[in-house]
Amino acid sequence: MLNRDEDILQAAENWQKAGHGVALATVVETWGSAPRPAGSSLVINDDGTFLGSVSGGCVEGAVVTEALDVIASGKPKMLEFGVADETAWNVGLSCGGTIRVFVEKVGQS
Amino acid sequence: MKLETLTQVNAERAARRPVIVITDTANGDQRLVKAKDMATDPLAAELSKQLRMGKSGMIESGGKKLFLNVYAPTARLVIVGAVHISQALAPLARSLDYDVTVVDPRTAFASPERFPDVPLIAEWPDVALPPLNIDHYTAFVAVTHDPKIDDPALRHAFECDCFYIGALGSRKTHAKRAERLKAQGASDADIARIHAPIGLSIGAVSPSEIAVSIMAEITAELRLPKETAKVQAA
Repeated sequence: MLNRDEDILQAAENWQKAGHGVALATVVETWGSAPRPAGSSLVINDDGTFLGSVSGGCVEGAVVTEALDVIASGKPKMLEFGVADETAWNVGLSCGGTIRVFVEKVGQS
Repeated sequence: MKLETLTQVNAERAARRPVIVITDTANGDQRLVKAKDMATDPLAAELSKQLRMGKSGMIESGGKKLFLNVYAPTARLVIVGAVHISQALAPLARSLDYDVTVVDPRTAFASPERFPDVPLIAEWPDVALPPLNIDHYTAFVAVTHDPKIDDPALRHAFECDCFYIGALGSRKTHAKRAERLKAQGASDADIARIHAPIGLSIGAVSPSEIAVSIMAEITAELRLPKETAKVQAA
C-alpha cells in the first residue's frame, strides 16, 4: 500500500513537471468505519485523470470535481463526506463512516 | 503543496527515509520535516509519536489545527535461514505488511517450493546481504542454527542501523555465539543488540508459534517507545 502511495505522489510530480495542473486530495480525519485511513491520497490532473483513493471508490467522483475547481482557483478546500450529509449520501459513502478530505493545488506558491 | 515540497517528499521516500508534512488546514500553510530534523522540531513529541505508529492525523497546536502526514518507509524483514520456522515466519511477516527476503546459501533449503512468492537469495551472507542495503526500517533475524551462516550474517547486521536483530538458540547457544562473535571483533554493544533467545516468551512450541513470538517482539520494538520496549523484553 505504501509503495502504491509512493507511485501516486511520483505521478503528481511528473504531471506537474509535464505542465499539467495538479491537485492532491488527502484524507485528514475519519470517524466510524471509514474505508481508508488518514493520509490516504488521490491525485488529480486537469484532464480529470486521477490515481489513488480516498474512500475505496465511494466519493472519488465528487472529490475529482472539487479538485478541478481547486486547480482553477489555486485555493485549498476542506471537504467532508458522511452519512448525515445529503450530498455524501448521494455520492454514496455507504459504509457508514465520515471522512474529511483536504484538497490542495500542487505547485501553489 | 509547493512543487518543491512534493519533490522533496518523493526524494526522501525513494531513499527510504521517513518524512512528515505538516499542513495548517485553515489556510494550506505547509512545512516538511525530515527525519534528521524531527528531534529538534517544536512539535518533536507529536512527530515522534505519529512516526512510531506510522500514522497520519490531526493535532491541535497553538490554536491551529494541523494535519501531520506521515510518510514512513515500508518495514522490511530479512531472514537468514530458509528453515522450517522461516516457512511460518515469512507469510506471517507479509501479512503484517513487511517486505520479506530470505537468505540461505543451501539451495535445498532456499527453494521456491518451500517459499512460494518470497524473494529468495541462495548465496552466502557476505554476498547476499550488502546489496540489500539494510536500514533503520529493517528487522533482521538469523535462524539457521549454523554458525558458518549465522555468524557472518550477524556481523553484517552489526554494521547496519536495523531496528531489530534476533538470533535463534538457547541461552547456552547464545553465550557460545557471543564468545565467537567477540573473538571475531564484535563489541559488547553489538552483542547487546541481539535478541536471544529470539521472540517474546509466550511458551511457543511449533514453528508457527515461534513465528508469532518473533513477530510480536519485532512489533514491540517497532511501535513501543524505546524505554518501554526494553522493559517488555526484560
